[in-house]
Amino acid sequence: MLDSPVDVDTRWQQFAPDLDPAKLLFSEVIPGGCHWSWTLPRGTALRLTALQPGANLSLVLYAAREKLERYNMPDSLKAQHTAHYTRGHVLMSDMGRSMASIISDSLGWHDPLGLLLDARRLHEKYGTHDYQSFRNGMYRSGRDGLLIEIGKYGLSRRDLIAPVNFFSKVTVDEDGCFHYLPQHSPAGASVDLRLDIDVIVAVSAAPHPLDPRPDYAPSPVGVAVWRSGVAPADDYCRAFRPENARALYNSDLQYLA
Amino acid sequence: MTTTAIRVRESELQAAHAIHDVTLPSGEPWLHELKRGQTLRIVDLDGNQAADVIFYNRHDTDEHYSATETMLRQGGIYLTTDSVLYSSDGNPMLSIVADTCGRHDTLGGACAAESNTVRYALAKKFMHSCRDNYMLCIQESDSGLGKADLVPNVNFFMNVPVTGEGDLKFDDGVSGPGKYVELRAEMDLWVLVSNCPQLNNPCNAYNPTPVQFLIWD
Repeated sequence: MLDSPVDVDTRWQQFAPDLDPAKLLFSEVIPGGCHWSWTLPRGTALRLTALQPGANLSLVLYAAREKLERYNMPDSLKAQHTAHYTRGHVLMSDMGRSMASIISDSLGWHDPLGLLLDARRLHEKYGTHDYQSFRNGMYRSGRDGLLIEIGKYGLSRRDLIAPVNFFSKVTVDEDGCFHYLPQHSPAGASVDLRLDIDVIVAVSAAPHPLDPRPDYAPSPVGVAVWRSGVAPADDYCRAFRPENARALYNSDLQYLA
Repeated sequence: MTTTAIRVRESELQAAHAIHDVTLPSGEPWLHELKRGQTLRIVDLDGNQAADVIFYNRHDTDEHYSATETMLRQGGIYLTTDSVLYSSDGNPMLSIVADTCGRHDTLGGACAAESNTVRYALAKKFMHSCRDNYMLCIQESDSGLGKADLVPNVNFFMNVPVTGEGDLKFDDGVSGPGKYVELRAEMDLWVLVSNCPQLNNPCNAYNPTPVQFLIWD
């Protein structure tokens, strides 16, 4: 934890007590429905913790060195022959690099299908809760939250990509239809995402668009950033699939000094 | 919410009345304007060839085809007769009005030199790819399109199922010689195509072949 006289958030001690205090860099809690972003270096990791049941955290990644490089859902899914993410999987960019690796996961399934709540669907489903009437209780869609965050880095709506929806589970049946699993994530579910290149990370804790619960009650999500170090030679994610070993090798090639 | 099981429907349109008839060899890109109300037929001439296509609003290319909006609004992953292709702004771009193949993929994306290094081997990076095709085509165009616009596409004639266990599979295609899909434009569009040159996987039996594009007013 960085020593500071300011009002540093120390709630990681409750939601991520197993993290080594010597490696902890900073933490915060994203209130349900809210959004934020960070620029973070290779060799750090995000601990994401659901603080209530049924959480969802939509997350997008852009390479900090060259924002035209960004997380690519199809490339990641087809390289790993998967339609869910858990420990061992990596989030690949359109340039064939691992941007982030899932190095631990208590849940077993995070939704990579990229569905995102927009303002139209939010208002149809939950009604309009604007700032004038509801102050900080206003509702904001995941799409609007992510557009605000990526806009801070000069990225526009053309640049908004399909996110990973952490803590959500959507299965696909034989006819190709989606099935959302309510209450997939218990309170306390957590995942560690190691960053394999320097990235811009943006998140929104708005509800998953397929969440059938009629009430707008998105869960807060704890975020703790800690110093993980870069992927070692015997890394679990490198060994998970040869594709992942090559994607991590491609990432390593960017950091030769 | 529509389901996305295979739905086959033939077209009444006659090829002789088409205003455009273009055959695109494998490994080639194509950028074409499609007007609202026009109908585009894509013909898989020799069977199981991947036509990788992205659509853009002709008047605002920041609005592009969105695989995720399309899947969310129809409640499933496969494209077939009566599927509506939605934009990143949630507007209908095209409707599939006829389809003799019955299933098309929008999860698998387009191949790239870089993703080839990941999927197959580092040494594959000099082989030809859809995203290189797209890139050269837009570099040479006055469309204003750039790399950020190379978003997840439609893979016409490809079959990429998801299992109940959350695996992604690359199954044999349900397409065959002469099968086609027909789309009506719901807005003025750019149509950006790569006729896929992928030689590293069996989706096209390692033999990329031409596809035909017919357009009717």
